[in-house]
Amino acid sequence: MSNVFILADFSGDKASKTTAELATAAARIGSVTAVVLAGAGKGAALAATVNQGPIANVLVIESDDFATHGVAASADALANLVKEKSPAAVLIASHAFGKEVAARVAVLTDSGVITDAVDVSADITATQLVFGGSTTVHSKVSHGTAIITVRPNSVEADFSASSPAIENALATISADAKKATVSSSQPPVKGGRPELTEANIVVSGGRGTDGNFAPVEAFADSLGAAVGASRAATDAGWYPHSHQVGQTGKTVSPQLYVACGISGAIQHRAGMQTSKTIIVVNKDPEAPIFDIADFGVVGDLFNVLPKATEGVVARTN
Amino acid sequence: MKIAVCVKQVPDSWAEKKMVNGLLDRENVDAVLNDLDEYAVEEALRIAEAHGGNEEGAPNSVTVISMGPDRATEAVRKALSMGANGAILVSDSALAGSDALATSSVLAKVIADGGYDIVICGTESTDARMSVVPAMISARLGWAQLTFASKVTVDPAGKVSITRVTEAGVDEISAAFPVVISVVEKINEPRYPSFKGIMAAKKKVIEQKDLAAVGVSAQSAWSQVNDATPRPPRASGIKVNDEGNGGQDLVNFLAEKKLI
Ligand SMILES: Cc1cc2nc3c(=O)[nH]c(=O)nc-3n(C[C@H](O)[C@H](O)[C@H](O)COP(=O)(O)OP(=O)(O)OC[C@H]3O[C@@H](n4cnc5c(N)ncnc54)[C@H](O)[C@@H]3O)c2cc1C
Ligand SMILES: Nc1ncnc2c1ncn2[C@@H]1O[C@H](COP(=O)(O)O)[C@@H](O)[C@H]1O
Repeated sequence: MSNVFILADFSGDKASKTTAELATAAARIGSVTAVVLAGAGKGAALAATVNQGPIANVLVIESDDFATHGVAASADALANLVKEKSPAAVLIASHAFGKEVAARVAVLTDSGVITDAVDVSADITATQLVFGGSTTVHSKVSHGTAIITVRPNSVEADFSASSPAIENALATISADAKKATVSSSQPPVKGGRPELTEANIVVSGGRGTDGNFAPVEAFADSLGAAVGASRAATDAGWYPHSHQVGQTGKTVSPQLYVACGISGAIQHRAGMQTSKTIIVVNKDPEAPIFDIADFGVVGDLFNVLPKATEGVVARTN
Repeated sequence: MKIAVCVKQVPDSWAEKKMVNGLLDRENVDAVLNDLDEYAVEEALRIAEAHGGNEEGAPNSVTVISMGPDRATEAVRKALSMGANGAILVSDSALAGSDALATSSVLAKVIADGGYDIVICGTESTDARMSVVPAMISARLGWAQLTFASKVTVDPAGKVSITRVTEAGVDEISAAFPVVISVVEKINEPRYPSFKGIMAAKKKVIEQKDLAAVGVSAQSAWSQVNDATPRPPRASGIKVNDEGNGGQDLVNFLAEKKLI
């Protein structure tokens, strides 16, 4: 059976839900090895959390260069492992870091790369939704190892427990990959809510909130949802930039997306229009966001959301 | 300082896009300068202006580099009208259908031959949406990668520091020349080309090169599209007016769809 790598994805010091999704897709192709890139002395603890999904092996590479030299160092270590073990494919989470690692690994291993796959099949065909989700594309890497980044929340994960064999590998990192030096790193502030790209439900607010996100947050909490924001809201400083949904923010694809006080500019839609179900609350019946809504309420979010929150709470308690 | 900016001509984001034989149909849509690359041009000009300018005789120059069809000269001209000094456009029929790997190898060769200190890119082209070309250029050249910058500080003696913002948080990163930077759209407000800028751009030189002149051979794409099918448009949804019941209607819809 062929061997497939995934690059284990972490949220804080625990494997994220995305890791299980990558493993689920990778297991269709072959036996899954999760590669864990960790700081010196931190590998065993991180590896111990990589225990959900069909993972046969965990390969731990420890080096403080990952923190000090960022993307380039991580990509170098992974590329050297790919050269040594020649897996059939490498699946990586599709976010800024993952895509850049994929880009460099593809260059370093002379391999083709596909980004933002929403699915990967047993014969390593990737499915992508392009042009704002209006077109489905199937493609295949035709040279080298298939380097594929997979969008979080797209593959239905098999979360069954696994107890992979854990091995260590040495980090090989070139001098070129150490040319940029990270002097400080601040992880994103995590609230109590689910992570945007991993959430099943996202409730977002835009300029229509006029800076008051309380009704958006209350509705989100009644649904156990993550909170997102349009660029108008993040630019105004009403909500942190890390919550921005859209072309230059995050791409989300939840079961349910609720857009409140958001007009539906093309750049916002680029980040949410592949959501399974879309609900809109907007007081302007002409707002373009209604064009992609499964259910729309023409009304003031300050009236509609509190009542909806009450209704959800009444049903779920 | 010698600064290069990589810009791409892309179909207008509002244009309806189609696939023909596994490739984006670029012939029949309006084309524009990738709007995320305007931030890269603006940042290059600001860096030059902060350190003695880029007019004739000034210590800095800003060169626009692009790979694309002949008519990409329009997008390049826009960058020139913002204030860049000159441009190199690589056009060759053998480049049609290039993937990011092929694109990055052509751009890297042009950059390596130009002797630049700083290369600035956008974070993403609005058509391909891959966010990979800057990292690929950095890997090919062996230059420091300073990407997703929301702030760039340049010491003309040869050092660049950036603030990187991504989903993974905020990092302060620095490196010595030469560097590859990509900038996020929060970094600045791109200037509108002035009338004077537009007139001046008409006289600026766009050096057009084919692959032989660049000195690389065409590389075929290493990923192939098997098929591309339009998805059925979203069925038109239900729309209700809130006359006091909108919130409850919304909850009923959620229940009906088994979302609660
Ligand atoms: C290069 C570039 C990148 C961009 N990237 C992104 C991105 O990643 N994400 C993004 O979101 N945008 C992005 N934008 C910005 C985008 O073009 C829009 O400007 C932005 O999405 C608008 O945000 P909005 O819908 O909240 O505000 P508006 O367009 O102002 O819409 C506000 C809406 O709220 C409604 N409203 C007002 N009051 C109420 C109320 N009380 N109750 C109900 N409804 C109400 C109004 O009817 C209106 O439809 C980008 C733009 C550029 C140029
Ligand atoms: N054909 C091209 N010519 C010049 N620059 C490009 C080209 N393609 C991509 N780039 C640069 O790379 C960035 C990221 O593009 P991409 O990886 O395609 O999303 C863009 O914002 C440009 O700065």
